[in-house]
Formats: sequence, structure tokens, C-alpha cells
Amino acid sequence: MRFPTVTSPHLTPPHSVGRVMTQVILALIPATIAATWYFGWGVLINIGIAVTTALACEAVMLTLRRRPLPPALGDLSAVVAAWLFALTLPPLVPWWIAVIGIAFAMVFAKHLYGGLGYNPFNPAMVGFVVVLLSFPRELSLWTIPAVLAEQRLGFTDYLNAIFLGHLPAGLTWDALTSATPLDRVRTELGMNRTLDEIRENPFFGDFSGRGWEWVGNWYLLGGLWLAYRRVIDWRIPLAVLLSLCALAAAFHLFDPGRFASPAFHLFSGAAIVGAFFIATDPVTASTTPRGRLIYGAGIGVLIYVIRTWGGYAEGVAFAVLLMNMAAPTIDHYTRPRVFGTRRGERDAP
Amino acid sequence: MADNGLRKVLADGLWHNNTGLVQLLGLCPLLAITTNTINGLGLGLATLLTLLASNACVSLIRNLVRPEVRIPVYVLIIASVVTAIELSMNAWFHDLYLILGIFIPLIVTNCAIIGRAEAFASKNSLPRALVDALAIGLGFTAVLVTLGALRELIGSGTLFAQAHLMFGEAARGLAIVVWEDYRGFLLAILPPGAFIGLGLLIAGKNVIDTRMKQAATVRAKAAQAASTA
Repeated sequence: MRFPTVTSPHLTPPHSVGRVMTQVILALIPATIAATWYFGWGVLINIGIAVTTALACEAVMLTLRRRPLPPALGDLSAVVAAWLFALTLPPLVPWWIAVIGIAFAMVFAKHLYGGLGYNPFNPAMVGFVVVLLSFPRELSLWTIPAVLAEQRLGFTDYLNAIFLGHLPAGLTWDALTSATPLDRVRTELGMNRTLDEIRENPFFGDFSGRGWEWVGNWYLLGGLWLAYRRVIDWRIPLAVLLSLCALAAAFHLFDPGRFASPAFHLFSGAAIVGAFFIATDPVTASTTPRGRLIYGAGIGVLIYVIRTWGGYAEGVAFAVLLMNMAAPTIDHYTRPRVFGTRRGERDAP
Repeated sequence: MADNGLRKVLADGLWHNNTGLVQLLGLCPLLAITTNTINGLGLGLATLLTLLASNACVSLIRNLVRPEVRIPVYVLIIASVVTAIELSMNAWFHDLYLILGIFIPLIVTNCAIIGRAEAFASKNSLPRALVDALAIGLGFTAVLVTLGALRELIGSGTLFAQAHLMFGEAARGLAIVVWEDYRGFLLAILPPGAFIGLGLLIAGKNVIDTRMKQAATVRAKAAQAASTA
């Protein structure tokens, strides 16, 4: 699908939805490989389930809405949403959770609002929040990362676990899964232990949980490449990460025993993937330069607030959805000055 | 003619001007308590009773009340009726009363009730006001029960759970487990489920209305063609 500009002397830029989405997928590949290495084949299986379901739902909804199939199915936006959604899921989650989440995202969050370009909320995050609220127990089944795990499952073991719910003989869910670093810190802080005591556990590495802390770097790699290619605006990820770090640093200096360091916040959970891949969704993010800084900073602040005082260990999804809601207002108040008008002067209606 | 008028009042209340689906009045209890079918039915019937009593009173005194003070008078009538209903539910359906909690006294603030008093009962005779109350109340109850059933079915995989709260111990058998070994879909029970469910019901009603209108125009055209031929 192409949206050529109409003013005369410009050449049409070679950006189309399909091209942008292809580059996002390319940027996700290193992180996907890394996640598969750390957390097992389940990551790839989840992506497969989510992408298939997303395309099927998209086709059904397009047919119901009497829209042509090829342009919307070929622009890969559904694939990107499904891919990101699948990366948020624990690798051992039963197949029907991935199906329910992404189907809800495509049908309710995307097509009921009018399809790509009209959805006020990020579909991948809506899908994740739906399954997180509905199936909290299943969503905690994160496999132990490769550097810590004693047993690793093969590809067929994963297929069995995801589709049939069977584990190989002699293994239990407890032996294969553990809490995420954010979850663990949250639980143990609740038991009145200080961060230094918590970090003594071999589970924790230099910045965050061992294994967990390095996955984010691969997202960072892909994200920086996207920013270099101007597929995403650098302002949003910068504002997200800066505001998260600034808040974390302030509280960490105030009481290092109770508030985790900025590095922990940066390298735990979905901070980096959220900043580069989820907050930058062109449809649901703010569109003005100043607005993007405010939008990103809002997400960073909300992530910190939810992680530290909220009811959930990780707040990226909620933070993004809340700021999605605020984006139109932010855009309204940060419209750039029209060239040729003076500051404070209203441009012609 | 009178019969025809009453039929229109009934059809308006039950379908064309339905409180829950068209007027979108009384959404607070509608969204908050419909986590299962029986809750919906309980609150629906309480609202129906309130409507019947308040519409009847307002219609009877419609020629006595000066227009300047009509709103406080209506509010007083509705508040006394709701207080009576609240006390009776507390006495006879105590468990259901505990579940519905604050939403029973809050029937006072249900704008559908004062809306009917002001817009209909204060201008119409007693029989018409009663029919209107019945239609509006039944229409509201139907939406509450449908939404409650929808959310209960998807959220916990049962229907008519806790029926004994309303119909006594004998009704315990009414509870149906639709899906054995259902894990539950919490979203349907939580507030978002209420909004999404109501949205789907309204969409469904609009689809039915469009279909009926299309069928009506087709029939009208056919009749016209037949009469010209």
C-alpha cells in the first residue's frame, strides 16, 4: 500500500508499509535468535502460532468487512504485531493462549477500530494485556535461561509441551521454569529483604538476572539499526530510556536498599524492546517531534511507577497503552510552528 | 386505536428504545453487576419493580404537582420506592442482597427511572404508564440477563450459577456447567469484559435492525410492484 505525497516537486519516497514492516522484521531477527538460544525453541514455535493465527484472523476480518485481501495481508503489519506479541510470551505457554491473545489483538484492537492506521492502541500490547489479565498463572511459565538451566528441552519436547501439555518423563514445570528477575526482586522486596541480599543469589548477574540481561542488547542492536534507517524516530526510545533511568537513578541514590539501580531497570524485562519496537509503532505513537519526547518520557515514567509501586512486576505494556490513549492530546498541544508564521501566531485554519 | 398505542409503547420499551442498548441509560449497574446471569436477573427485577411503582405514583399525581417542583417530588417518590425494595430484598433475598450491595440503593440514581417519570408517566394515564414501566423494565432486565449470561458463559463456563440465591434451595440444580474443566477467561468477568460485551450486544442489535429495514423495503417494493401491475 502506497501513500504518495501530493505536493508537486517531491519524489515519492520509497517507503511503503510493507517496506517498513520488512525492516522491522529484519531488525527483530538477531533478538529472536538470541531469545531462542536463551529460552529455547518455544520462542520460535510461539512466533509460528501467532503469525499463522494473525494472518488467518486478518483474512477473516477483511472478508467480513468486504475489503480486498492482498494489500492488507501483504503489508506484513499483522506479521510484525504477531511477532512482537509472541516475543512477550513465555516459551512454554500453551498454544491456545497465543491464539486467544493475537486473535483478540487482530479482531478487537485492530479491525473493529477500522484496521491498520485507525487503531488507537498497539495491537500486540492489547493482546498481551488480555492474556496477562486472564491467565496469570500460565504467563509466569518462563523457562530458565540457557546459562542457568540444568536441563534443556529439544524441539519436539517443546511441541509436546505447548500443544499437548506433556513434559518429558522425569521433568516438572518447577524444574524448567522460574520467576523473571523483575518478579523475583518484587517478591523478595515484599519479604523485607534488601536489594544487596537479593542480588547475592546466583540467579542474578552483573545487571539483572543472568541470561536475561543480555537479550535486551540484541533488541538494542536491531533498534539502533531501525533508528539509523529512519524507520523509527530516535526521540521515542531515547525519551523512554532516559526518563526510566533518571527516575531509577534518583530513587536508587535515595535508598539503594529498596530501589533497584538504573542498570537493573534497563536490562530487565521489556524496557529495551518496548522502547525501540513497541513504543515506536507509527500508528499509535505521537507524531510531532516534541510530542514524541513527551510521549516517550511518559512511557518511561509509567514503566518505573508500575514496576516499583504497581500491581504487576512489569509495566511496559500498560505504560504503552496508557500513553497511546494520551497520544492524540499530546499531538494537539505540540503541533509544530508552520514555516513562515511567528511564534504564538495562529496558522490559518 | 388505544390498543395500537399500547403496543407501540411495549415495542419501544422492549426494543426500539431499549434502555440498555439504545438510550444507554443506567450503564453503571448494567456494567458493574452483570458478572453472572442471576445477578443480572436480580437487579433487573428490582429495577422493574421500582419502575412500576414510581411510574404509577407519578402518573396518579400528574395533575396535582406543580411543574416547578416536579423533579424533587419525583426523586422523593423514587427514593421511597427504592428504600422499600431494598429493605424487602434484605429481608427475603439476603444473600443476593449482599452480592448486589450498593447497586440496589443506587437504583435511585438510575437515570432511566427518573427519565421515564419525567418523559412518560407525568404525561400519560395510569394504564399507559404501567405498560411503559413494564416494557422498559423488561427490556432493561433482558439486557442485564443477556450480558450476564454472556459474561458468565465466557468467563467461568457456567450458566445460572448461584440460582439458589434467588429461587431457593430447590433451584440449585438450575446451575449448568457448560464446559467441564474450563480454565476461565478472567477478562470477561473483569470490567473490560462488560464494555466489550455491551458493545457486541449493541452491534448485534444494529445488525438485526438493518436486516429488518432491508427486508421491509424489499417487501414494500414488492407490494408497490404488485399494486401497479
